[in-house]
Amino acid sequence: MIRKNALAAVALGATLAVGLSACGGGGPAKGKGPGGGQGQGAGFNAADKDWVNRSDKKGGTLKLVSSQDWDSPDPQNTYYAWSVNFARVYGRQLTTFKSAPGTAGLEVVPDLAESLGEVSPDGKTITYRLKPGLKFDDGSPITSKDVKYGIARMFDRQVLPNGPDYFVLFIDNGGKKFEGPYKDKELKNLTGIQTPDDRTIVFKLTQAFPDFDYLATFPQTTPVPQAKDTGAKYLEKIVASGPYKIDSYQPGKGMQLSRNPHWDPASDPNRKQLVDKIEVQVGLNQDDIDNRLLSGAAHIDVRAVGVGPAAQAKILANPQLKANADSTFTGRLWYFTLNEKIAPFDNIECRKAVQYATDKVALQTAFGGPIAGGDVATTMLPPSVAGYQKFDLYPTPGHKGDLAKAKQHLTACGQPNGFTTKISARADRPTEMRAAEALQQSLQKIGIQTSIKSFPSDRYFTNFAGSPAYVKKEKIGISFHGWHADWPTGFGFLQQLVDGRTIKAQGNTNVQETDDPKINALFDQVTKTKDTTAREKIYGQIDRLQMERASTVPYQYSKGLFYRNPQVANVYFNYAYGEYDYANLSLR
Amino acid sequence: MTAPLDVSGTESSARPEAVLQGAGRQAIEGRSLGQIAWARLRRDKVAITGGVVIVLLIVVAVLAPVITNVVGGPPDKFNEELIDPTFSSPKGSGIFAGVSWEHPLGVEPVNGRDVFSRILYGARISLLIGFLATLVSVVLGVFFGVVAGYFGGWVDTLISRIMDVFLAFPLLLFAIALVGVVPDEAFGLSGNGLRLAVLVFIIGFFSWPYIGRIIRGQTLSLREREFVDAARSLGARSPYILFRELLPNLVAPIIVYSTLLIPTNILFEAALSFLGVGIERPTATWGKMLEQAVPFYSVAPLFVVVPGLAIFITVLAFNLLGDGLRDALDPRGTR
Repeated sequence: MIRKNALAAVALGATLAVGLSACGGGGPAKGKGPGGGQGQGAGFNAADKDWVNRSDKKGGTLKLVSSQDWDSPDPQNTYYAWSVNFARVYGRQLTTFKSAPGTAGLEVVPDLAESLGEVSPDGKTITYRLKPGLKFDDGSPITSKDVKYGIARMFDRQVLPNGPDYFVLFIDNGGKKFEGPYKDKELKNLTGIQTPDDRTIVFKLTQAFPDFDYLATFPQTTPVPQAKDTGAKYLEKIVASGPYKIDSYQPGKGMQLSRNPHWDPASDPNRKQLVDKIEVQVGLNQDDIDNRLLSGAAHIDVRAVGVGPAAQAKILANPQLKANADSTFTGRLWYFTLNEKIAPFDNIECRKAVQYATDKVALQTAFGGPIAGGDVATTMLPPSVAGYQKFDLYPTPGHKGDLAKAKQHLTACGQPNGFTTKISARADRPTEMRAAEALQQSLQKIGIQTSIKSFPSDRYFTNFAGSPAYVKKEKIGISFHGWHADWPTGFGFLQQLVDGRTIKAQGNTNVQETDDPKINALFDQVTKTKDTTAREKIYGQIDRLQMERASTVPYQYSKGLFYRNPQVANVYFNYAYGEYDYANLSLR
Repeated sequence: MTAPLDVSGTESSARPEAVLQGAGRQAIEGRSLGQIAWARLRRDKVAITGGVVIVLLIVVAVLAPVITNVVGGPPDKFNEELIDPTFSSPKGSGIFAGVSWEHPLGVEPVNGRDVFSRILYGARISLLIGFLATLVSVVLGVFFGVVAGYFGGWVDTLISRIMDVFLAFPLLLFAIALVGVVPDEAFGLSGNGLRLAVLVFIIGFFSWPYIGRIIRGQTLSLREREFVDAARSLGARSPYILFRELLPNLVAPIIVYSTLLIPTNILFEAALSFLGVGIERPTATWGKMLEQAVPFYSVAPLFVVVPGLAIFITVLAFNLLGDGLRDALDPRGTR
């Protein structure tokens, strides 16, 4: 039946999309309840370009689903990308990303703060001033001390181990060691964060750091009242500052949220409070999730890994369903490294041979093809990151590899008949394993024989590919790698991957062991450059320098196929998270 | 259809005219246990079918390179032109998408490798591990079973408790852990050769108590028999009694339980491969094929069905043959 009405539905969907973008107001047609609403798709990739079903209609229960539980909903103890995005529903931060689709969402805007950070001339002191009249969900005022206390919590890595440790690294406590608010209740040693009055917070940094406003978007700057903090148990009773408060959270099951009466929309242009309740159900099977999304029993998959192959086939084959789907950048780059310290990849010509030999289309297919997998990549920075410049230093016809050129470089490397080496990849990532097999096939064509070593992903960077000693011992020349920036700037994306000073004995993400003084100097220059455009230019230079070294082979800017149930309103894809923006979702 | 052990001669040799003619060769002739068993087995159509399937499988596995030369092609060769890039599934529609004369069982989603060739090459791994692991466990099981059963006393207690420990071992977890930490080179082996050896060792080493217990039980009853007493009273020493008197009488249970152990071991290898701890990619194994097929069950169902069927048929064939052998070799059998 769905199939029969397909054409009519597409026509209707198209008209609706035009009408919606024209008036930008409430959706004229109502969803037909669960299972219904297939006829009202806003169009394929509509949420990548604009708000879909922009609406001010209130009421309803938003049903969200995820195959994975939170690492922790505690704002200071979370690192999962979807959780960082979702934490904005019940918490507010000093700054946040603009509520806008696509690259427009990469812009940092003030949230609790009145404006972005005020940076001192030496770049080491940053001051924020909070908006007046902010309140927690119990009606008590939010002060700069609550923001400071929130950040202080994550200094105790034993109690709250999950979050990123940038604040711990950058805050300058004058050489004193601050061990967190549970051992140092008065925060005596946290001299790097000061609160001269209830609305001002000042950060002292160990070095100039122009991306600090991006750091401030992390849920770690969510205010926490010291009196209500229960350490590791705080996740059971989180004090809300966002438009919704948490009624209950059960690990492994999910979360219920309802309106926070003390949230003031006038102070928060970035979030909406339209639905009455939000339910998040976690731990579901991906196929189950996809079926619920398609039937209307659930609205959005918050984990945002894209639909599974079964639903993918269903959606792409049916124009009606496709009109409710988006295939867009998740912000992740898939690439593999050629270790500069492992023979014969210590010779740049051998690295270039691999650059030319790789059939990137085969690797793309391994990840699910252009719609569910992504676009063929030629640079380290993906298009959804600020500073991306398009170039291709090793062009091959149709990205399918150029064996003649590869052979030339192989000969120049002194290995005209090829050589043998090892590939490492993550065993529990089927797409990566398939890509490794595809690469093995590509390289075989120019005589490079490889064997694939697979490792568990949770220890991949601690014990195997990210341990230079292990890589050296086992002579692993090629390692599969994928990267998603903690914040979407060239610095946030590239620094951990190509700055020579980040090479470490364990958890090394600079797997190819690039240590190029020119690249390192450019990173230093970035921290001294205040102008955003100038910084973005430098990111492009770093990208190009790295590609000239040929020790990383980017092959795919990851995309996913995401489904938004047509009942959902105010939905758009924000590149800052590579997900739909969860702070504005509502129902039509 | 009971054929008592002491009845000799076939129906034809019992013909009166044959007796009259005095055709000595045809006439009354003692038959060995093996001959009787074979005669019984021959009449068991189901077991024979199982046996034929097994022989076929072995032939096909051995000749895999020759066969795939004619149809299917090399097992690791990508045929991307047969894959629809949007859906990663074989081009065409319906359950038989991707099936053609060159690819009689279709092609794998994503990379278009030929399923038929991979099944044939996978049979090599499955059978090799099945047989070798069984050999290991039979050798260990028979040795310790006979020793425990014959000597009794503290030797029996010790070996029996060891068997209990092995039987209570969380084998699957242990196997996953062990295969995960195997280095690249050890004992003069490397790569897949080493992994194969490790798999054979793990599977064989941990399943010997199953056969060990049965052999111990048989030995316990055999050692009280008169011929053993006779040998002992004639001054035969323990090794002689063990290997010349007891072992020949244990051949029947050994054959039966080996045949029944092989499919268990094949399944175990498939399970390990499915969990991603078996042989390295891209070498084809049935378990790994199943694992790779799971995400595509709805877009390329054939790719799930084929390796599943291969495992099913092989295990069934061994079980049928094993059951038939037990019936044929067991003197108390009622058939």
